[in-house]
Amino acid sequence: MSSPPLDEFIAAAAAALDLPLDPAWQASVKANLEVTLRHAATVAEFPLLDEAEPAPIFKA
Amino acid sequence: MSTNFTWSTGSEIAQAVASDKVSALSVVDAALAVIAARNPALNAFTAVTAERARARAKAIDASPDKAKLPLAGVPFAVKNLFDIEGLATVAGSKINRAHAPAKRDAELIARMEAAGAVLVGALNMGEYAYDFTGENVHDGPSRNPHDVTRMTGGSSGGSGAAVGGGLVPIALGSDTNGSIRVPSSLCGIFGLKPTYGRLTRARTFPFVASLDHLGPFARSVRDLSVSYDVMQGTDADDAACVDRPKESTLPFLDRGLDGLRIAVAGGYFRKGASPEALGALDGVAKTLNARTIEIPEAARARAAAYVITCTEGAALHLDRLRKQANDFDPAVRDRLIAAAMVPATLVVKAQIFRRWYREQVLALFKDCDVILAPATPVTAPKLGQQNFTLDGVDMPVRANMGLYTQPISFIGLPVVAVPVALKPLPIGLQIIAAPWREDIALRVAFALEQMGAVVAPRPQL
Repeated sequence: MSSPPLDEFIAAAAAALDLPLDPAWQASVKANLEVTLRHAATVAEFPLLDEAEPAPIFKA
Repeated sequence: MSTNFTWSTGSEIAQAVASDKVSALSVVDAALAVIAARNPALNAFTAVTAERARARAKAIDASPDKAKLPLAGVPFAVKNLFDIEGLATVAGSKINRAHAPAKRDAELIARMEAAGAVLVGALNMGEYAYDFTGENVHDGPSRNPHDVTRMTGGSSGGSGAAVGGGLVPIALGSDTNGSIRVPSSLCGIFGLKPTYGRLTRARTFPFVASLDHLGPFARSVRDLSVSYDVMQGTDADDAACVDRPKESTLPFLDRGLDGLRIAVAGGYFRKGASPEALGALDGVAKTLNARTIEIPEAARARAAAYVITCTEGAALHLDRLRKQANDFDPAVRDRLIAAAMVPATLVVKAQIFRRWYREQVLALFKDCDVILAPATPVTAPKLGQQNFTLDGVDMPVRANMGLYTQPISFIGLPVVAVPVALKPLPIGLQIIAAPWREDIALRVAFALEQMGAVVAPRPQL
C-alpha cells in the first residue's frame, strides 16, 4: 500500500472501530501498521492448498 | 548453620530444610533481606509478600511432611501477571492497578507452594507482556544484574533480574514470543518454555491466547526440572491446557547424551547474529558434535507470529484502547491500535501457515532429538537503546530481540534456554525439542551444565 491510502485507511478504521486517534500518534500507528502489513504480506503470499486448515481447531 | 543461601539452588535449599539443617523461616528471612538490599539497584520486584511468606515458611517448618516436599522452603517470585491473592494483577500496566485484588492465587503458584516453595513477591515486566526489553514506563526498567546500565530483556525482565541477581533461586514468567528465553539469555540464567498447553495458565493475565506459555527460570537445570515437574497436570480452567498425564523429567536428567541426535539450526538462525551469539552457539554445537539443519520458512514463521501476536493482543485490549488509551505505554498503545486495524483475512492466513509450518518442523524431529539455536542475536543492550544493527541493517531493539525465539514458540515447541558465561556479558542458547519432550531438552541442558559448557555466572553486586 502506498502512504496516502494508508493514512485514509487508518482514519477510516479508527472511526469504524471507535478507536481514539490523537494526531500525535498518527505517524507511530502508521509505522506500526506498515510493519505488520509487510509481515502479513509475506505470509499471505506463501502458496498453500485451499484445503489447508488453520492451526486452531474447534472441538464441539 | 549459615543461612546465606543467596547463591544456593532451590534443590540445595530444599535438602537443607528437609533435613532440619536450616529452617524455612530463616531461609525466607534471608531472602527478604537480600531482596531489600539488592532490589533498589535491580528493580526486579514490584511487590514483596513478606508477611505471607513468613507465615508459609512457619507452616513448612511445622509440617511433619516437609522431608517429602521437593521445594521445601525454597523462595520464589512470579511475574506480576500471575494472580496473587490480595493483590491487583497489574501485568506491568497502569490500567490494571484499578483492578480488584485477586481472590485466589494463580494455579501454578498453588502447585509450587503445594511442593513446599514459598512465594516472596511479584516481579516487574514490560507492559502487558508486549516487550522484549524489560523496560516499563510505569515501574521503571528492571536492570541487568551483570551490568545495571543494561537491559534484562523482556517481557519477564524482573524474573531475569531476580534469579540472575540472586534474589530468589526460582521465578516464574510467561513466554509468548520469547519472554522467558530472552531475559534468560541477557541475564545469564536457565529458563524453560514448555510445550504449548503443558502448564496451566489459569488465573494469569493473558496476552495472546494462541501463543501464551508459562514456565520457570532458575540458576540450575535441576531447579528447572523440579519446578516444572511439580507444576504439571491438567486444569479445566485453562482451555488450552492438555489432558495429559504428568511426565516427570527429574529421573531422566542424568542419563547423558548417549543415543541423542543433536542438530544446530543454520540459515535464518545465523543471519543477524552477533559474533558473541555465533561463538556461543558454535562452541556448544562443536561440543555436542551437532550437524547443521535448516528450519524451513523460519522468517515467514516469525512474520506470522508477529501478525497473530499483535492482532490477538489488540482484540484483548480493544475496549481499554477505546476508553483509556492515554494510560498505556505509548509504544504499546500505538502497536495495538495499528494491530486493531489489520484485516482478519491476514490473521487467518497466518493461522493457516502456522499449521503447515508445524508439520514441516515436526518432520525434522524424525532425524534429530534436539535443535540448537541462538536465544538472542546480541548480549544485553544498554537501557534506553532504541536500535541495534543486525547483519548491517539498523532495526528497533524492542521488536527484534525475539528474532530467533518467535519461530519456535509459534508452534509451541519446548525449549530450555541455557546460558553461556561470556565476559563481560552472558548470552543464551535455545535447546529445542519435539512437543512433549521437555525431558530431552532438560537432559541435554543438564549434560552441558555438568560439562561446564553452560553455567549461570554469578554477577558482582
